Amino acid sequence: MASSFRRIGKLASISSKNRSRGFSSAVDQTLKKSEGISPSKSVNLFTAINQALHIALDSDPRAYVFGEDVGFGGVFRCTTGLADRFGKQRVFNTPLCEQGIVGFAIGLAAMDNRAIAEIQFADYIFPAFDQIVNEAAKFRYRSGNQFNCGGLTIRAPYGAVGHGGHYHSQSPESFFCHVPGIKVVIPRSPHQAKGLLLSSIRDPNPVVFFEPKMLYRMAVEEVPEDDYMLPLSEAEVIREGSDITLVGWGAQLSTMEQACIEAAKEGISCELIDLKTLIPWDKETVEASVKKTGRLLVSHEAPVTGGFGAEISASIVERCFTRLEAPVARVCGLDTPFPLVFEPFYLPTKNKILDAIKSTVNY
Amino acid sequence: MALFFSKSRKLVCLKPKMGFLGSHSVHHNHTLISPNLRHPLRILGFYPPQFAFRRFESTKAETQLNNMHSIDNNSQVLNFPGFKVKFTSHLNFIPETREERVHCYRVLDDDGYPMTSNFVQIDKEVALKMYTDMVTLQTMDTIFYEAQRQGRISFYVTTLGEEAINIASAAALRMDDFIFPQYREPGVLLWRGFTIQEFANQLFGNKDDYGKGRQMPIHYGSNRHNYITVASTVATQLPHAVGAAYALKMDAKDACTIVYFGDGGSSTGDFHAALNFAAVLDAPVIYFCRNNGFAISTPVSDQFRSDGVVTRGEAYGIRSIRVDGNDALAVFAAVHEARKMAINEHKPVLIEALTYRAGHHSTSDDSTKYRPANEIEWWRRERDPVTRFRKWIEREGWWSAQAESELRNNIRKQVLEAIQVAEKTEKPPIKHVFTDVYDVPPANLQEQETFTRETIRRHPQDYPTDVPI
Repeated sequence: MASSFRRIGKLASISSKNRSRGFSSAVDQTLKKSEGISPSKSVNLFTAINQALHIALDSDPRAYVFGEDVGFGGVFRCTTGLADRFGKQRVFNTPLCEQGIVGFAIGLAAMDNRAIAEIQFADYIFPAFDQIVNEAAKFRYRSGNQFNCGGLTIRAPYGAVGHGGHYHSQSPESFFCHVPGIKVVIPRSPHQAKGLLLSSIRDPNPVVFFEPKMLYRMAVEEVPEDDYMLPLSEAEVIREGSDITLVGWGAQLSTMEQACIEAAKEGISCELIDLKTLIPWDKETVEASVKKTGRLLVSHEAPVTGGFGAEISASIVERCFTRLEAPVARVCGLDTPFPLVFEPFYLPTKNKILDAIKSTVNY
Repeated sequence: MALFFSKSRKLVCLKPKMGFLGSHSVHHNHTLISPNLRHPLRILGFYPPQFAFRRFESTKAETQLNNMHSIDNNSQVLNFPGFKVKFTSHLNFIPETREERVHCYRVLDDDGYPMTSNFVQIDKEVALKMYTDMVTLQTMDTIFYEAQRQGRISFYVTTLGEEAINIASAAALRMDDFIFPQYREPGVLLWRGFTIQEFANQLFGNKDDYGKGRQMPIHYGSNRHNYITVASTVATQLPHAVGAAYALKMDAKDACTIVYFGDGGSSTGDFHAALNFAAVLDAPVIYFCRNNGFAISTPVSDQFRSDGVVTRGEAYGIRSIRVDGNDALAVFAAVHEARKMAINEHKPVLIEALTYRAGHHSTSDDSTKYRPANEIEWWRRERDPVTRFRKWIEREGWWSAQAESELRNNIRKQVLEAIQVAEKTEKPPIKHVFTDVYDVPPANLQEQETFTRETIRRHPQDYPTDVPI
């Protein structure tokens, strides 16, 4: 797994086309900074997140990091060393109350601060759902841009971890993809995590940033030590191919990549796309790929019904109908709660994806 | 009970005082010698032997326990993470209410006579502006309410009966303080200089509405006045006020936040979240509860069992006061002092103002369906906060019948003019459907704007003509 991520990390530098679209991002000013060669180290994903948070707090005195158990370094160690370095006024524990964390963060962000809030597990984000959907997402719109909470970033570990059961495994991203006014970002690797998190923190819009907790320790790759940002709302082709386009995000990409490798052995050339930002998402990159390959497969851990794969599927059918040579395939989680013992059955595994690749290509 | 005693070995021989309601003691003599008692003599080694087997009066046991305190002080204190508590032999439950409800701070009696000199003095200029703004608020309410009834605006909410809360609390603050309103506090914005025309523009959702016509009437907001835009959601602004207050503290500003909410809002999860966060994070925020007796139709008796909202503060470690919300001087004094504490000591403060919603909940409500008309009438007639304040300024020699009549005529004229202007002003252009969702419209919104414009071109009859394309 780790080696596979090192590969993805190398592939990550393949593309990233420069396009002029209406996506706002704080990335433009600092992208140049990272162009020079900077020292890098092989680190895991939680360390990359930790680096990003150090940089965010160091580069902006108006940045704050807080959440449950954040003070001592967090249950996943993402906030290690922050309180010691930046003080308990800027890095602190909050009471155990998600709606309080996000509500507090909105108020802090509304006063022109960078509020970086941690929700300990994405499974526990729902008490804050109202604050995210009705407050954060509409803060700018409902005030006619007199006020905004664009400095808000909500970080939350999400996804399967092998032993998490119902409440430490869920992938709730699609709920948030139905909410105009926020951005949803999910990184696939340490290098991506650092660059995307810094972009999310500095983006002038509220961002929900889901971190694949399976990869916190498992994914290791070279990560530049300095301050760099990766653009939001830009998907990336991380493996080029000609027979079928696969779209995914987060930890699922490693499973998908393994399926691509297996498929290649059988002579099927797969193009793999990391969506990275789910809303507002980069339709153009996916569309261009599907127009080339004529086939699309979307895969995510979340239950298939109402998952974000449905949105991608519908949008691509609208745009590429005449080019499609097979129905769009969705390889996703089952429509059940996330079951502990049955996790291997629930998950969209490599062979499920491989089967779907073959049946789509041979349709 | 057996379990309890077996765990409290040092207390086993004492008469338990179960202090329900503070004064009632329940005696369970037969439980004192429990089969689970293990070696009481060894534990209380220096007691006379019979002590363990016979019941003694608790007073005697108390004396002996007190001796024990001095002998073995440490064992009588629980060293809990974060704090220490003394042990007690009294099986006392904290009563659910105090014997008497929390008193209500008041300065002016019903006839506008000061009952005390214990209030923050205000000078003539401030008093007259307060009165002028209260009358303006009343007049706006009367005329805007009527405009809704005539179908000229879609919705309205009055502040009737709560003018003192609105204006006096605003007067006690400074402009650097940030306001997080619910929706029945337009008077705070009025006090800060939002014009009658600006109110009317919002109500009509015209192009001069700062909210760009996106929200229902009465959802005012103004960054010039540090008045965060109103949302219909109830009490969600409470935690925002904590975050903003924390920011003011970190910026070392001489300012606090104040957040308004109603009795119904005190039942929400966000109320709990906000008060707890404010206390823990030492945020300079004033919680101002307008307890007006009703959340739409739900009376406070269906809302909570506590003695109102004021008593909640203590549980969170927050200073609290209850004031007469229809007494402008009492509200002014409470907010003035709360502000000082919030800023100088970095402490949140909870104020519960008792008042009465003398109007309906909104123009979509008829409150006589759930409360007696004569009750409404009584509050309007006998406890009107504006009348009470007028009596006081009249006695101070600052106001006259002539000034009253001039003021009311003048304001009435201004409000009617503002309505006419707002009604004639065109609506915000169609592009504002798509702006401000994000800082710039992303690709999907650009596409949807193009599509919308094409649809309008094909089917103009489907769309209002007063929205510029």
